Amino acid sequence: MNENFIKRNDGSELDVDWVMSQTANTSAIERRATTLGTRRSIKKDHQAAWLLRAISCIDLTTLSGDDTEGRVRRLCAKGIQPIRPDLTRALGITNLHVGAICVYHEMIGTAITALGNSGIPVAAVSTGFPAGLSPLSTRLLEINESVAAGAKEIDIVISRRHVLTQNWRELFNEVKAFRSACGEAHLKTILATGELGSLRNVARASMVCMMAGADFIKTSTGKESVNATLATSIVMVRAIRDYYEQTGFKIGYKPAGGISKAKDALVYLSLMKEELGNDWVDASLFRFGASSLLGDIERQLEHYLTGSYSANYRHPLG
Amino acid sequence: MKIKEIYDEMDYGAAPESSLEAHNWLEKHNYDFGNFINGKWKSCKNHFDTINPSNNKVLARIGQSSQADVDAAVKAARTAQKKWSSESDHKRARILYAIARLLQKNSRLFAVLETLDNGKPIRESRDIDIPLAQRHFYYHAGMAQLMKAELPNRAPIGVCGQIIPWNFPLLMLSWKIAPAIAMGNAVVLKPAEYTSLTALLFAELCVSAGVPKGLINIVTGDGKVGEMIVSHTDINKIAFTGSTEVGKLIREKTAGSGKSLTLELGGKSPFVVFDDADLDSAIEGVVDAIWFNQGQVCCAGSRLLVHEAIAEKFYKKLKARMKTLRLGNPLDKSIDMGAIIDKKQHEKINRMVSLSNGKVYQADIPLPEEGCFFSPTLITDLHTADPLMQEEIFGPVLVSTTFRTPSEAIELSNNTTFGLAASIWSENINLCLELAPKIKAGVVWINGTNMFDAAAGFGGLKQSGFGREGGWEGLLAYSKSKKLSPAIIKGKPVKKQISRVDHIDRTAKLYIGGKQCRPDSGYSQTIFDYQGKPVTQVPLSNRKDIRNAVEAMNSAKAWSHSTAHLRAQILYYLAENLSARTVEFTNNLQLLTGRADAKIEVEASIQRLFFYAAWADKFDGSARSVPLKAIALVMNEAIGNCAVICDDRYPLLGFISAMAPLFATGNRSIIIPSEPFSPIVTDFYQVLDTSDVPPGSVNILTGKHTDLAIELASHMDIESVWSFSTSDVSRDIEKASVSNLKRTWVSNGEKRDWYNEESQGKQFLTNSTENKTIWIPYGE
Repeated sequence: MNENFIKRNDGSELDVDWVMSQTANTSAIERRATTLGTRRSIKKDHQAAWLLRAISCIDLTTLSGDDTEGRVRRLCAKGIQPIRPDLTRALGITNLHVGAICVYHEMIGTAITALGNSGIPVAAVSTGFPAGLSPLSTRLLEINESVAAGAKEIDIVISRRHVLTQNWRELFNEVKAFRSACGEAHLKTILATGELGSLRNVARASMVCMMAGADFIKTSTGKESVNATLATSIVMVRAIRDYYEQTGFKIGYKPAGGISKAKDALVYLSLMKEELGNDWVDASLFRFGASSLLGDIERQLEHYLTGSYSANYRHPLG
Repeated sequence: MKIKEIYDEMDYGAAPESSLEAHNWLEKHNYDFGNFINGKWKSCKNHFDTINPSNNKVLARIGQSSQADVDAAVKAARTAQKKWSSESDHKRARILYAIARLLQKNSRLFAVLETLDNGKPIRESRDIDIPLAQRHFYYHAGMAQLMKAELPNRAPIGVCGQIIPWNFPLLMLSWKIAPAIAMGNAVVLKPAEYTSLTALLFAELCVSAGVPKGLINIVTGDGKVGEMIVSHTDINKIAFTGSTEVGKLIREKTAGSGKSLTLELGGKSPFVVFDDADLDSAIEGVVDAIWFNQGQVCCAGSRLLVHEAIAEKFYKKLKARMKTLRLGNPLDKSIDMGAIIDKKQHEKINRMVSLSNGKVYQADIPLPEEGCFFSPTLITDLHTADPLMQEEIFGPVLVSTTFRTPSEAIELSNNTTFGLAASIWSENINLCLELAPKIKAGVVWINGTNMFDAAAGFGGLKQSGFGREGGWEGLLAYSKSKKLSPAIIKGKPVKKQISRVDHIDRTAKLYIGGKQCRPDSGYSQTIFDYQGKPVTQVPLSNRKDIRNAVEAMNSAKAWSHSTAHLRAQILYYLAENLSARTVEFTNNLQLLTGRADAKIEVEASIQRLFFYAAWADKFDGSARSVPLKAIALVMNEAIGNCAVICDDRYPLLGFISAMAPLFATGNRSIIIPSEPFSPIVTDFYQVLDTSDVPPGSVNILTGKHTDLAIELASHMDIESVWSFSTSDVSRDIEKASVSNLKRTWVSNGEKRDWYNEESQGKQFLTNSTENKTIWIPYGE
């Protein structure tokens, strides 16, 4: 873990020229996305190790209207012990836990209690998640309350309308205000990329969020019809690289929604490694926003150890 | 390594594809191969080893064919071809389809074997080479099925000798064999000596696919075997993919033999990056352009031209990207680059790079200790004069320079003797579509690179060769015009001698750049009428007159960008003005030739002008359905500077039949009229003058065909030469065309019936144009 070495993003002034210089050639990016998974293959021991790393990067999430305390406690227990102890032992790994538990504001307290001294942070979605169209004052208040309740990470949603109308100044001010409200808590900005219309907009919005002080940029709420895709991810990690090269700040990336297979997780990790380097295959700079991914990884790991394909019911429910 | 350690390091482990099945196949053949002739294996007396370049281990021994082997293969092909060409389209289609299916069913074996023999990454053989090979057979199964319906005037050529390179062994085999057998030809194919194995596995597959005996013959061996094929008298067509050097030798060797020839040769293709491009995507484009197949790709984007404003930024990004390329065991599924084909090639690349005058950058990445590996290389700060900017390296070496403006980008792109491919990167579609027609290349990729498909023709201009592979245009290389029965000419015989109306000595000069000029030599040739009486004198042109006419053509380059409508208008106008002088031309034709059909010839000439006026704005390109999110546009572009030596027998119709299609398609031309009857054409100057023909677009030089043929064919700035002359100049033209590998179309002494349908139309139009395939990917 290189968490301690990450210098937190101070943000920068809004540089509209820099924002507008972001381009994204969709077809070239789609071609890159198509071959990402075929250019690297992670097998056997390496696959097992990479899958364990993927677990450590999961923001184990429940964001449903019917969430209850019991449900959240069960999720937290799973986050603390993501795979069966016999598998952990056989793999020779200790202290494995997920990257965070991600819940709505009302569940923060329950989660903090359930997670105890596990070291797992609680992330709260905020600012009128998922649409982000409630009054700015209440959105800011929501952040304040969640931080006060003990959330260490705040996943905000941006106002998509500012991107669609290219109102970069408004977007910048909004995210900057969110960041300021977060205080010590880390700010993850959800772009809702499926609603931004183009990859170019994704690149530009990413850049504005980073300028405004985002610690992470995140694709989706999980509620849009199109969530994380490899093409979107390529655009966002390239924006992160550009921002890092210009400012020296390392911004984290969180693809969310739609990643449910162990194999996909490997492609994402490989994308991060290829485009940004090893610092970004770590929970300090990379998270999966996922709920069902863990189950598939568990089955793959058991298969790795036993040579037999596993079954869902053999693994504790999250 | 413990899981925990990998967990901490997060590196890639080895992920090798198993080669067990491929080795089993080699073992089944006792690691010993002969030729595949007439449906059977036939052992060879002599052998050589084929080596896995990634570990220098011997894979098997391969037969070195003798002349007797090649003779046997050609004989088998000849026999098989007769039957094959009489099979139904459907029968041929079924065989091609069976081949495609079997390639698909055995795709992994082919991929692994290819990687073992060639050293290319398994990802490429698995995901690119083999699927494209399958696609080629599927596509051409369709072409076989459609031949009679869609190509009713085309017939098979006969026995095709095909010589293929080592960089894409099975794919090049498919590009050669699929269209050949689809069009009813038989094949004798020689794989490259470094990479024979997949061709031999393919031979085995042919048996299972029900390919008739002798239709496909595989003979292995080195360049000497290639020579035997090239000079074999019972082969009708040679298709070669390989180096420009060998391509030129083949052109010389086949000159005058009557063999048709297609050459797919080298390149130094520009990769142009504008300031507004998606630079990160362009970087990935570079990776696919020059580090695909270790840069051993004829159309590799090996010449990076970067807008000066972003050059430093781009180089920085590129160098960073180069550090993440992984070299190693080609069977490893996480490898970006495998091994160079052979030690000799490795040494050649090394030598070229070590002599470089530029700044050489090689990423600090680990190379395997044994095997032929070469680090990806970027050389910047090179000037256009540098040999590395001009010569094909055929390795993972990218050379680069900068440009300031779009027009400079075009100039730099075209500052090469090659013309195979080009990549253009910009987010501005206007800019891309401005450049695409102006870069001299057979294939242009916009915001992409190295895209291929069976439906989209591939092939080069200039010294990158001629002929296309893929698409409808690719079929022209494997079929010929059906012979039509001669047209019946009716006309009254000449009863009385007609004398020229005016007796003032007319001064025929040369017609260059829209003006009449005296010949450089100061000599003239006497022209006689059909009874042998001297009528007039016409100038004898020489090489300096040709030089001047070429200058005039170069000054008329704007003509090639004129609208098709304008070209049609001028052709109609020519017809109108010729029509007004029908009597004069008829009389003079009769006076000179004594032929009965003089009036018919004049009228046919007027009709032919109408014919090409009609075609001028209808010889359209097409959009191809490629299995990608892209449009592949196939454009019929003017060749440029062309020359024609006309038939002596039909001074007016022969002239018009050649001049008009060239003119209609936007070429600039030099026409050498009928030698004995040239005054008919010098009389035509006035028709040209009064019909708005732009100066330099048509130039006419009178003189001796035998002298002018070689001069025209060896001029480096003439891109195409046709000859319908009755003088025996075909061989000379083909031989001298080697100078710049110009396109040639010669009669080989065969007389053409100019009244016939086959003397007008598609054949003339396709010979007047080059196909350019422009790939335009899209998406938002």
